Amino acid sequence: MSAIGVEAFGICKRFGTFQALSDVSMKVHPGSVHGLLGENGAGKSTLVKCLLGYYRADEGSLLVDSKEAVIERPADADALGLGMVYQHFTLVPSMTVAENLVMARRNVPGIIDWKSESAALEEFMRGMPFKVPLHVPTGSLAAGERQKTEIVKQLYLRRQFLVLDEPTSVLTPQEADEMLGLIRGLAHSGQLTIVIITHKLKEVAKFVDEVTVLRRGRFAGAGSVRYLGPTELTAMMIGEAHEPAEPERLGEPSDEIQLQVRDLRTAADGGRAGLSIAELTVRAREIVGIAGVSGNGQKTLVEVLGGQQPIESGSVDVGGIPYDASREQAQARHVRVLPEEPLRNGCVPNMTVVDNLALRSFDRDAAGTQRGWLDLAGMAARAREMIAAYGIRAPSPQAPIGVLSGGNVQRCVLARELDGDVKLLIVANPCFGLDVKAVAETRARIMAARNAGTAVLLISEDLDEIMELSDRIAVMHGGQVVHQMPAAGADPQEIGRHMLGHE
Amino acid sequence: MPALDSIATIAVAMLAGSLRVSTPFLFVSLGECLTEKSGRINLGNEGVLVLGAMVAYAVSFETGNPWVGVLAAAFAGMLLGGLHGVMCSLARVNDVAMGIAIMLAGTGIAFYFGKPYVQPSAPLLPGIPFGFWLESDRFRNALLVSPLFLLGVAAAFGLHWFLRTTRAGLRIRIVGDSQDAALALGLPIDRTRLLATACGSALAGIGGAFLSLCYPGSWNEGLSSGQGLMAVALVVFARWNPINCVYASLLFGAAGALGPSLQTVGFTWGYYLFYAAPYAVTLIVLIATSHGGRSLRGMPGQLSIGR
Repeated sequence: MSAIGVEAFGICKRFGTFQALSDVSMKVHPGSVHGLLGENGAGKSTLVKCLLGYYRADEGSLLVDSKEAVIERPADADALGLGMVYQHFTLVPSMTVAENLVMARRNVPGIIDWKSESAALEEFMRGMPFKVPLHVPTGSLAAGERQKTEIVKQLYLRRQFLVLDEPTSVLTPQEADEMLGLIRGLAHSGQLTIVIITHKLKEVAKFVDEVTVLRRGRFAGAGSVRYLGPTELTAMMIGEAHEPAEPERLGEPSDEIQLQVRDLRTAADGGRAGLSIAELTVRAREIVGIAGVSGNGQKTLVEVLGGQQPIESGSVDVGGIPYDASREQAQARHVRVLPEEPLRNGCVPNMTVVDNLALRSFDRDAAGTQRGWLDLAGMAARAREMIAAYGIRAPSPQAPIGVLSGGNVQRCVLARELDGDVKLLIVANPCFGLDVKAVAETRARIMAARNAGTAVLLISEDLDEIMELSDRIAVMHGGQVVHQMPAAGADPQEIGRHMLGHE
Repeated sequence: MPALDSIATIAVAMLAGSLRVSTPFLFVSLGECLTEKSGRINLGNEGVLVLGAMVAYAVSFETGNPWVGVLAAAFAGMLLGGLHGVMCSLARVNDVAMGIAIMLAGTGIAFYFGKPYVQPSAPLLPGIPFGFWLESDRFRNALLVSPLFLLGVAAAFGLHWFLRTTRAGLRIRIVGDSQDAALALGLPIDRTRLLATACGSALAGIGGAFLSLCYPGSWNEGLSSGQGLMAVALVVFARWNPINCVYASLLFGAAGALGPSLQTVGFTWGYYLFYAAPYAVTLIVLIATSHGGRSLRGMPGQLSIGR
């Protein structure tokens, strides 16, 4: 097994009227770690999917191991030794690791002799840089273990060229470092070539040899990481110089407790533990960041606070009074939620931008009393103000919100949730899938709300985001808050340890 | 001791009844299990059951051989299931709505072509007398087991083995559990589901053959009482495990036998109430196995009712 290089020339790919890639070229040297960079929607995934036969490029040619290659189906890429670990895992959750590995092979026998397959797999696993349990359904593995299983699967298939799509997005900092280090070792020993799709510039600086940068479906630059620092890479990615400005933190947290959660429990679901939170408080003018590996109860916590899931026992108090997350109480106590995947969890996709912007307030008049007839003119006027203030780009205020881009949906939900007097704001992964400028804007708005006296509970899988925005950090593991610390001077390594449940 | 005697009678009648009543449940639930493992639901199996019953009876009458009737029922089921499979692989066709259409089509076709076979009597499948050594007629009758029941139990173990140790079985599970994984492996999703649906309906067709050729052993329009639909609930109860389908079918069979058994000892109070026992069991099972906001253990990930 030895590493092979891949070169792509003049790749074009169009979906309907949308030109996803135009004349993109990339050269990956054998035995190197190559970074493929770009903002969301820049065409990174489309490019590698063309390499792997998942899509067929409309134009362009490929050289694999210095030989012209035609890749029309995934099986063609498979035969050439090219493989990919997708961002959305392609393990079958109900099947064991062993079943997943064997079924990924090209030559599976009609009847599988599990005894000898298991023995062969155990033998193979001994030579692996990381261990995964063979006879456990992959659905019950933690995200980090699933990621490792995906990589082990590719090594089991004897890949010589491997693409990793955002490989560290579900890992703790230690796991990410460990995994990237091992991958880099494999590449530099000449066993395989690695392409990493990422937007984490720290990882690029530490583990990547060369990069190719895409911007809006076009080639934007390439070169050795030795000569390209974060500033240059960011400029290539967004097409202009961008100075990362940390949003300014004004004033100290007040003593007034806005959110208090005590002994909160929810029911377990299919092998996953429910929530079991002894105590969690958020004060006014304070951002409390919840760190944790995805799938450790953060989503459930947002659902409980947003009224999407019932609690079994314990109490949730807002402003010192028990809170049941009903619409009446949310309006009365000024609680707002910015959920993850806002189009799915916070919008009605087929309703217009105006309607969606009014979801919080359409049934109340200015004095807060219920109204039967809607004030359509008032709603439209309010929407126009929000669209202007938040720079929302929509074909028309009467367009269904589902047709807007992710960043603009996020701006709409942000505009709606931050409208008026907000006492408590719950935010989940607010910058997921946004481009660099939208990220900076969103974070600045959250910080501005905090500075104005809002209590903010920030749930995020991006540890950097938590470190940047929080006043205090709480770490979740297995549905529990296992550690709390002030954000100033917090050590990412220590947070990572708690994320894994180590003391 | 008349009371004790009645209890014994009821127990024997229920055992016998549950062996008989459970067989159509078993075949339809195995077929439904196979189809749902591929990520598709087939409510049309109720129609397949009725069509299978009609075809089996008609072919048995015309050829004089009930086993040919069983094969014909399986084949008819395969055709109707295949139609469901083809329709569902078209874009934007909902499998639940399509299943209801197939169910109505199946019963309609069966009633239309079955009219001339209501009167004549076709040769039935003989039972295997496991109770030949017993003196009491009652017990001997109870242990007269249909070969189709044994075939069904064998099919359950066969299907369990198939889904765990064969390439085709694992491919069906991949397609049913994770479309992403199936695409990444380059598996033909629609074709796999089509075949799983067709084969599942072939099993359901055999269940229909049992109705007309074993028990009750005649063909008329009121033959099925919704077993094809209850089998869908039964598969949920069995957690998509073929072996569990056997136990679940026996339970549903016992519930179905409750009414007739009570009648044998002259217990006539609440006659219709006890006949409704299988439906009550269906309701109780569905309520007991569903928890608000939680996913069902063992459910194939691509099933449209679960997404």
